[in-house]
Amino acid sequence: MSGSRRGGDSAPAVGSPGMSMTQAVAATTGIARRGLDKLGVVVAALFALGAASPFAVFRANRIAAGEAKSFFEALPPAAAALFAVAAFLAGAVALTRTTARARLASAIAFAAALAALIGAAPMHLIAPGDRLARVAPAAGFWLLAFADLILFADSVVRLKLGPLARVLALALGAAALALTLWSGVWNGLSILKEYANRSDVFWREAGAHLVLAVGSLAAAMAVGLPLGVLIARKRRLRAPALGALNAIQTIPSIALFGMLIGPLGWISSHVPAAAALGVHGVGAAPAFVALFLYSLLPMAANTVVGLDQVSAEVVDAADGMGLTARQRLFAIELPLALPVILTGVRIVLVQNIGLATIAALIGGGGFGVFVFIGLGQTAPDLILLGAVPTVLLAFAAAVLLDAWVELATGARS
Amino acid sequence: MIAIEGLTKFYDGLAAVDDVSLTAETGAITVIVGASGSGKSTLLRMVNRLVEPSAGRVLIDGADAAGLPVHELRRGIGYAIQNHGLFPHRTVAENIATVPALLGWPRGRIAARVDELLNLFQLEPATFAGRYPRELSGGQQQRVGVARALAAEPKLLLMDEPFGALDPLIRAKAQDDLKAIQRQLSTTILLVTHDMEEAIRLGDRIAVMDAGKLLQDAPPAEILVHPATAYVAELIGAGERPFRLLSLATAAEAVEPGAADGAAVAAEASLRDALAELLWSHRAAAPVADRDGRPLGRVTLAGLVARAGTPR
Repeated sequence: MSGSRRGGDSAPAVGSPGMSMTQAVAATTGIARRGLDKLGVVVAALFALGAASPFAVFRANRIAAGEAKSFFEALPPAAAALFAVAAFLAGAVALTRTTARARLASAIAFAAALAALIGAAPMHLIAPGDRLARVAPAAGFWLLAFADLILFADSVVRLKLGPLARVLALALGAAALALTLWSGVWNGLSILKEYANRSDVFWREAGAHLVLAVGSLAAAMAVGLPLGVLIARKRRLRAPALGALNAIQTIPSIALFGMLIGPLGWISSHVPAAAALGVHGVGAAPAFVALFLYSLLPMAANTVVGLDQVSAEVVDAADGMGLTARQRLFAIELPLALPVILTGVRIVLVQNIGLATIAALIGGGGFGVFVFIGLGQTAPDLILLGAVPTVLLAFAAAVLLDAWVELATGARS
Repeated sequence: MIAIEGLTKFYDGLAAVDDVSLTAETGAITVIVGASGSGKSTLLRMVNRLVEPSAGRVLIDGADAAGLPVHELRRGIGYAIQNHGLFPHRTVAENIATVPALLGWPRGRIAARVDELLNLFQLEPATFAGRYPRELSGGQQQRVGVARALAAEPKLLLMDEPFGALDPLIRAKAQDDLKAIQRQLSTTILLVTHDMEEAIRLGDRIAVMDAGKLLQDAPPAEILVHPATAYVAELIGAGERPFRLLSLATAAEAVEPGAADGAAVAAEASLRDALAELLWSHRAAAPVADRDGRPLGRVTLAGLVARAGTPR
């Protein structure tokens, strides 16, 4: 492929995929401060690899076998040339020692170009009047998006954006995504064709997904926080309580659903009020209960750790000055434990947003519905319609809660 | 007046504090000295019932401490500890306001009291009120800790190794400041330390504890001259004894009539400092002057040496 030679020119070294993953993780967590050159090499290599890989997949219909198209096949000549220049420039900026601002601008510019070009691919590949053919992003597109995300995350880390600035950046990104979707640039893409066919179901399942993920988190907070306070106080309860919650974590979700069918079915048939609330052996209720049970350990354990790390002197001073046990807990200990407890909330929320997809297996609804129907029909576009919003939601939740944890930590300790 | 009567605390059948009776006079500093494990902190913590006694009682101005709800008792007693225990998520002003706020003082009175205390402890309110504890030096944290303990104008202040976390240079200054503030407010202080130097420097009365028992309870000079047991003598240190004795009196108390050459010694300087000055400048006598520079007489090497040993 000529694309590979072109890409090779801009990348003196090609990192192994394993290495690039490590670097990516390091970049997003901000550990890799030094060795920026190395990261640039990896990013540039990913750009080269992405440019050389198929950019889009063409299918004669939504379940037909795909035909990989490289970028110069998938795009009209002028757009292909623009693409080559954009990928080369972004790779060059990543590779050389440039300022964080320049890298950020480059990452945003390339994201815009990538968004516009993937939207152009269906118009070029699908013959006018062909209503069955589908075009979806292929490995090359995802690699380029991934490389650009690393470049973006690395420059954000290097700019040392504060928590509020990161939330603002997230809001701007969400607005840009919404604007792109609204503009219709991507309407030719297969995933949006799947969406167009079931837009009302999509929003219903989105609501169900959020209710499952956030509702089970709220329930886990309501139980896990008091439980954490209790086992932080009573040392003898600690090992058995945390051990039991740990054991729940080891049960695979499918098995847990199965274990819940019996008791919830019994409740449903013996307690009319519960049945009226929608509690049945299958459906949303067991999914909700399972997510709740998985969430208890992070909530309770982080509450214990958070309370434990409040210094003994602070507790002694609070007691000695005449705070009652309740005043000490709410005015001193919980505020000081808040960053650690919020870290638990973050773990639970991100975990639940992902896990909630499994709920569809037992009729619990959520984005998993599209994933499992898509798997059944071997329709990858439909799988993406379930998977992509789930990933975006989890990512947004992580950014928001990280910012909150940082704000809570900054004011304290 | 704080009367401790037969206080005893058992842990697992062992007496951490064993039948201790002690009186802390109103407006005085009573220092409890002992090694770690001597039971001194446990004794102190039984006064505000952070530790409930196994036997005995504490009378505060005649009232049994066991007769009040525990948090009401503690709000009436100042409490300052090693490492200060400042609340890291609250500003200096909020930390100091803790007990007044618990007592429901009006906002204006709390603000005025916070300003007053910050000024008293030489912390400029405009600069320090809004800071967080982590933004303060060790010495500043210590002062805020004591200011917080004094915020609700307690008659009694309990201090558990309050200077333990300070380096020696700052510690001496903090001790002098505490003594000056105590004289100004005439607060009754019960202070626990392992450091005999600190006890002699601060104490109007010193109680020595070992293995849960009170060994001796006397003014510093008596402890120095007549240690009750070999252990008390060991705590004082034979080599330090003459100098510690001299440190208890001022030059004004040892003035003899007559004149001497050279720089004058201040009347309020300790005899230990006066002796050091004589030795260092190779003089047998030095003039003593009061604060306005008026000569009061002189101190002599022979006079100081005579005061540095057991009374004959």
